[in-house]
Amino acid sequence: MSEYHPILPGLILGLPLLGAALNGLGAFAWRENKTVPTIVGPLTVLGAFALALWNLSAMRGAPPHEASLVSYWTWFSSGDLHVGVTLLFDQLSLLMTLIVTGVGGLIHVYSVGYMRDDRGYSRYFSYLNLFIFFMLVLVLAANYVLMFVGWEGVGLCSYLLIGFWYENREYSDAGKKAFIVNRIGDFGFLIAMFMLYTAFGTLDMLSIFERAPGTLVAGGVLVTAITLFLFLGCVGKSAQIPLHVWLPDAMAGPTPVSALIHAATMVTAGVYLIARSGVLFALAPFSQAVVASVGAGTALFAASIALQQNDIKKVLAYSTISQLGYMFLAVGVGAYTAGIFHLMTHAFFKALLFLGAGAVIYALHEAWDETGEHGDPNDMRNYGGLNRFMPITWRTMWVGTLAIAGVFPFAGFFSKDEIIWEAGVRGYAVLWGVGIAVALLTAGYMTRLMVMTFHGANRSFGEDGAGERSHLHEVPRVMWAPLVALAVLSAIGGWVQIPEALPLLPSVNLLHAWLEPVFQPALAVAGAGAAHGVVAVHGATVAPGESFSRTSPLGGGEALWAVLATVPAVAVVLLVFRSLSRRRYRRAAQAPEPRGLAAVLYHKWYVDELYDRIIVRPLLALWRGCWRIVDHRLIDGSVNGLAGLSRIAGWTGSQLQSGRLSTYILVFMIGALLILGSLAF
Amino acid sequence: MTGAPLGDLALVVSAALFAIGVAGVLLRRNVIIVFMCVELMLNAVNLSFVAFSRTHGIDGQIVVLFVISVAAAEATVGLALILAIFRHYESVDLDLFRRLRW
Repeated sequence: MSEYHPILPGLILGLPLLGAALNGLGAFAWRENKTVPTIVGPLTVLGAFALALWNLSAMRGAPPHEASLVSYWTWFSSGDLHVGVTLLFDQLSLLMTLIVTGVGGLIHVYSVGYMRDDRGYSRYFSYLNLFIFFMLVLVLAANYVLMFVGWEGVGLCSYLLIGFWYENREYSDAGKKAFIVNRIGDFGFLIAMFMLYTAFGTLDMLSIFERAPGTLVAGGVLVTAITLFLFLGCVGKSAQIPLHVWLPDAMAGPTPVSALIHAATMVTAGVYLIARSGVLFALAPFSQAVVASVGAGTALFAASIALQQNDIKKVLAYSTISQLGYMFLAVGVGAYTAGIFHLMTHAFFKALLFLGAGAVIYALHEAWDETGEHGDPNDMRNYGGLNRFMPITWRTMWVGTLAIAGVFPFAGFFSKDEIIWEAGVRGYAVLWGVGIAVALLTAGYMTRLMVMTFHGANRSFGEDGAGERSHLHEVPRVMWAPLVALAVLSAIGGWVQIPEALPLLPSVNLLHAWLEPVFQPALAVAGAGAAHGVVAVHGATVAPGESFSRTSPLGGGEALWAVLATVPAVAVVLLVFRSLSRRRYRRAAQAPEPRGLAAVLYHKWYVDELYDRIIVRPLLALWRGCWRIVDHRLIDGSVNGLAGLSRIAGWTGSQLQSGRLSTYILVFMIGALLILGSLAF
Repeated sequence: MTGAPLGDLALVVSAALFAIGVAGVLLRRNVIIVFMCVELMLNAVNLSFVAFSRTHGIDGQIVVLFVISVAAAEATVGLALILAIFRHYESVDLDLFRRLRW
């Protein structure tokens, strides 16, 4: 095991923490000074990115199949349980570190412009840095306990950031909702940890994965329970059905926060956890099926909702949930590399789309401030025709849209195609079909977003707002520069993994080769299970060395289906573009209510209403009962009753004291006699 | 009661005097009378001390001297109190003095 100098990985973690501390101090000490957060905030994260790059070059030189453990100190020891502050450096965690610090760093730079006039500027960067720190703890942790620290830390920071504008009751409620819904998932994570400890006597990931195939019965109850509880944690953190409700509300935070939390980092933690624990999931085919089904269901469900949302950030929020569903579909069918691949490309294009949406909101806000116009700056019905005013945002967002829609040759094409393909060759025909359907829906809602925002006539101002429209202009360079960088990544980010089957293209296998040592044990377990018939991979024939039959459920090779997947996507983009461009939208205030299926989608399948009926209201009724009966009657009653009793006793006693001396003396005499009498006998 | 030893007789007288004193304290409303009854009780006790000293040695008589001196002091204090109360109430009726309570 090659040993790094422990200071280097420590610095990757330490820089954002230092930034958080400095900016946190600044929020109190030099609140008005914006220079310090501007420098410290982005620079610490970009510094961590540079260090991670350095590590990458070092790791490329090192022999593969080795993970580096960097131990700092023992956190606690209790009986047989020793939990250390130990970081795990392998190909997967390094890739995650690069994504988190790289995309995170760009978002920090963007935030300098977006949050420029905010009163909580220093506080904002403090939270943002702290978030990066905890996310790095999460991905670098070498044991589940330390990972849980990061897991909870990002939960805390997301609460702080979503409720950043806490003066607004609705926003701070959204922060609480995110935190509370996540607690449900965290409970699952904790239970899984307890079960892992009882099974293995340790919580170190590497030794668990090493011993898992020998200790746990493949397909057994224990491993299935462990993985299902782990998955419950992922469902909460990654906003899958049924715990997805927090993510759309979390759009209450500043838009760069949405980009950071909901694109690049926190929500992907669940995918990372499953990919990391791939060995365990490979032993539990039932859990894998659950993961893949929930992922596919969520992808379809959220994509359908995104079709009818008018809030630009809500569209992107449901799009994120849908894309996360894809990732879970991938890791659920055992295609870990495909899942991580999509995680990476999604980080690029979703961060781009969120930041682009933020740019639009920012521009509209500025223009409305100058002209005194009012409205909801998040509502796409108030946009329209912005391409003339914001050319950079417009072009970069189109890149992001094409990437997420899976149009060749943008990043999303390769990652999404790989997921759908992997589901297909493993014999999951239904999931394969859902994957293709969701790809088409994705192309549809994203094109709708682009058309409503950038094309057609502008609706931001009143009837004749020609003069006022001149107030609309492109965002400052500090904001569009990250957009361009992310657009480049969204365009070419997929080229790290180009399938062999595609004609006319060089075959690139960087990502698979890079992650292969990490996922090898899991794939070996899955392969062995399939060979012994323990792990039922539906219909797929698996031979050692060769993985799966390279045909789709409907026949045909990978190249054919890659083409067949992208052509409809392009077709949908063009079709939606043509039909919606001609449509005349009305401003939010005058728009009619949606009807029929559109209303169902507009109201998000009434999930929030359903939860309100079956969980929130019964609980409220229960608490109200407790308040009225237990609190008022029992507790208050007993306290007040005691007080009343004391008063009665006091009044009775006070009546003995009449003030008549002769009475006192009589009583005294009787008492004396009694004492004397008792002495005599 | 003829034939009874002198000591026993003295004790009987002492008990009678004490009982009269108690009855006076309990029943009378005139403060002066009550006060005199208290003195009566003290002296009843003195009498029994003297009676007992016939059989138990000189100690009882010594105690009597103490009691007499303390009673003298107590009498001055008590009379002074009665005087003060009388100036306030213009009366020596014990039942009027009912403010000594909650």
